[in-house]
Amino acid sequence: MEQSQVIFRIGALLVTSTVAMTWGIMAILVLACWFGTRQLKQSPDRWQSALEGVVLTMQQAIEDIAPGKSPSLLPFIGSLWIYLVFANLAGLVPGLHSPTGQLSVTSGLAILVFLATHWFGIRASGWLPYLRHYVQPSPILLPFNIISEISRTLALAVRLFGNIMSLEMAALLVLLVAGLLVPVPLLMLHVVEALVQAYIFGVLALVYIAGGLEAHATDRADGDSPP
Amino acid sequence: MKDMSVFALFSTLGALLAIALGVMFPALAMGRAISRALDALARQPEAEKSILRALFIGLAMVESLAIYVLVIVLIVLFRNPLLAYLLK
Repeated sequence: MEQSQVIFRIGALLVTSTVAMTWGIMAILVLACWFGTRQLKQSPDRWQSALEGVVLTMQQAIEDIAPGKSPSLLPFIGSLWIYLVFANLAGLVPGLHSPTGQLSVTSGLAILVFLATHWFGIRASGWLPYLRHYVQPSPILLPFNIISEISRTLALAVRLFGNIMSLEMAALLVLLVAGLLVPVPLLMLHVVEALVQAYIFGVLALVYIAGGLEAHATDRADGDSPP
Repeated sequence: MKDMSVFALFSTLGALLAIALGVMFPALAMGRAISRALDALARQPEAEKSILRALFIGLAMVESLAIYVLVIVLIVLFRNPLLAYLLK
């Protein structure tokens, strides 16, 4: 719940520790990928095969949920996954805080997912068929469809923020009442929870986007759009 | 000052009650979801991947309900917006 403190300013722009952390993670990821892909070889060395393993696993996971869509979805969903894993785990490093423990960061990511849903949906089926799926079973459901769009974006943001923030806060509270080394089991839980939440965020984004993609393909009689 | 202690008492009680209820019901829901998933898994072990994926997504949905309660409780305890009226 605490505000992140301002580290330095560029003109009128305040750079908080959250933004600095995000930039740091981005720099690390970009450098790692750049060095890993600078000289690709037929017979990959260790670093290249590790990166290939990561990409192939993500591609397979996307292929399982949205068959045939992985080439277009992999850049977005994969970036979300990789960034979130690093951002969630960054809170374990002493002195650093997870950027995803701030509601503004997770809201930004959720808004990206919200926009991407419509972007991919409209690109796949065109304006009119895409917009028509909001009135699909019957026009009475239009308000509910719109509410579900908004509430699931909100839920996406609050879920990630709440999990990461509460984990850090729980460790802090246990440290306060119990003392040194007692929060270690909680920190182990933090590792598991960070990975699970990163996975969940990516999978939910994928499910929403896949729902928008197949909006034109079928009249989805089951009408499932989880809140 | 009496107002203040009554306010503290009731917001603490409300927060404790809210977190108790807000953990209890998602826990029941998660237990039901997990037991159903295990049933399905025992019946069709070959569908393990899709069952587990649906289970994880569903658990995250249910869990986020408890997280909403936690966020509200933390707001009530640490950043209660009604406190400003009392202090005025």
